[in-house]
Amino acid sequence: MDNSVGIVTAQRAEFDTPLTFRSGAVLPRYELVYETYGKLNADKSNAILICHALSGHHHLAGYYAGELKNIGWWDNMVGSGKPVDTDKFFVVGLNNLGGCHGSTGPSSNNPATGKPYGASFPMITVEDWVASQARLADRLGIQQFAAVIGGSLGGMQALQWSLAYPERVRHVLAIACAPRLTAQNIAFNDVARNAILTDPDFHGGDYYQFGVVPTRGLRLARMLGHITYLSDDVMANKFGRELRTEQYNYGYEVEFEIESYLRYQGDKFAAYFDANTYLLMTKALDYFDPSHDFGGDLNRAFARAQADFLVISFTTDWRFSPQRSREIVRPLLHNRRNVSYAEIASAHGHDSFLMEQAHYFDVVRAYIGKVSKEFSA
Amino acid sequence: MSKEMSQLAAERPDFAAIAAWIPKGATVLDLGCGDGSLLCYLKETRGVRGYGVEINDVDIVSCIANGVNVIQNDLDAGLSDFENDTFDFVILSQTLQATRYTEALIQEMLRVGREGIVSFPNFGYWRTRLDVLLGNMPVSRELPYQWYDTPNVHLCTLHDFEDFCRHASVSITARSVISGGHEVGLLPNLLGSTAVYRFQRGL
Repeated sequence: MDNSVGIVTAQRAEFDTPLTFRSGAVLPRYELVYETYGKLNADKSNAILICHALSGHHHLAGYYAGELKNIGWWDNMVGSGKPVDTDKFFVVGLNNLGGCHGSTGPSSNNPATGKPYGASFPMITVEDWVASQARLADRLGIQQFAAVIGGSLGGMQALQWSLAYPERVRHVLAIACAPRLTAQNIAFNDVARNAILTDPDFHGGDYYQFGVVPTRGLRLARMLGHITYLSDDVMANKFGRELRTEQYNYGYEVEFEIESYLRYQGDKFAAYFDANTYLLMTKALDYFDPSHDFGGDLNRAFARAQADFLVISFTTDWRFSPQRSREIVRPLLHNRRNVSYAEIASAHGHDSFLMEQAHYFDVVRAYIGKVSKEFSA
Repeated sequence: MSKEMSQLAAERPDFAAIAAWIPKGATVLDLGCGDGSLLCYLKETRGVRGYGVEINDVDIVSCIANGVNVIQNDLDAGLSDFENDTFDFVILSQTLQATRYTEALIQEMLRVGREGIVSFPNFGYWRTRLDVLLGNMPVSRELPYQWYDTPNVHLCTLHDFEDFCRHASVSITARSVISGGHEVGLLPNLLGSTAVYRFQRGL
């Protein structure tokens, strides 16, 4: 693959200083898996952190030895000469705490009990993630990130970095993001969670002990999610009213192409993703609201930020619409932060942030190119 | 002034006229900021801080590459992202003639800024009048478009703009009329190719 970072290896960092969550819960020790690309320069000023969204993980770019097809989820964005240029930057990707790709999460063994955490894993928030990411940064010797970048839920983490550690991040790129969820967004998440919670195989979150997985619930949750990630236009163009069958069968088996697609996506996801992680991630989305401690006032919430910002939205994204991105821009303008905002014409809905589109990539390339001039290689 | 900026000033005589009115360190909002040239020029010559608003995709990338804060938006949708009295100056440089809701935009400029500055091609310029007299829509350096593909929907003369300001309770505080890079004193509505106005809310 052109300009790929090539073969990469996941690394693991163990932390045995207890982490107190926003909920008050305490995790005595935990592990984070992460990957890095490019070289950290002498004064450690060229580091970029990329935060993942709901179903993402630490494998951003490149592939694993012997697994050539296991390509990172943002390989089009991160690499040599790519918008996030690994020739110039030291890029860090990690699997968030509570995840199911190697970092400590509900499916990990709790050393205190010898059994998976399951339902006992603490409810996690974006604030807690960022606190754990800061510890990883400490471990890597990174005092200040040149940039923290994220799309969707990842964008919320990038925003939170600028609020929790204003002096530790110079630039924030919040893509297809929102400062806080709307009732509609929480409602979608709640339906997804209910699909999992009411699956008979869920066993209150301790399904590991029963040797089962709440596949039906997770599958439904993902199907619902997928509908909200695509635009009406994309669905119409890709599937329309196309049938899998010759004619209507007047039954409940798969008939329309869209049904087939959604079930395929649901099955694929349910085969590898942990239901408890899905629940945690959606709750983290729901809880995030930087204005929560400021009487709902985002202007006051963002007064702490010192970073420069790039906010990007996509015209057909209705899960986190351009209007939601402007809700991030406004408090930044109010606080006179350096901020640019680009609204990308795209057909692909919320998923646009993962797709290579010339104008979108030009915007990120221009911004990151500017950031790269702030330090010496 | 850097070489780049000197070149810019030569190409865009209205830039120097605008800069002359802006005190050091002012906050500015540049509407229809294009590739961010004016903001770069004002940053370098006047040390201003501010933002541009632009709708064109290619210009957004240029602004970002130039280190200019730019907000992608359609000016005809208003300036709702900006709060009242945010800026010392709101500038509309060579864009007035391409706005659809021109009066509403001027009022918006004076809502978010304490003062406004506009520059536009003077349709009363003698060459323009001559073109029309001879039977054709003018195509010139200031008005480079053919009638069928022009973004300019609200062209006006100096007189027209001044009448408009009276009608809209906008008070003009300074005017600079330029032609061929020089200030025009005599018969400005006939001899000036570019008009630059400074204004504020009328009493």
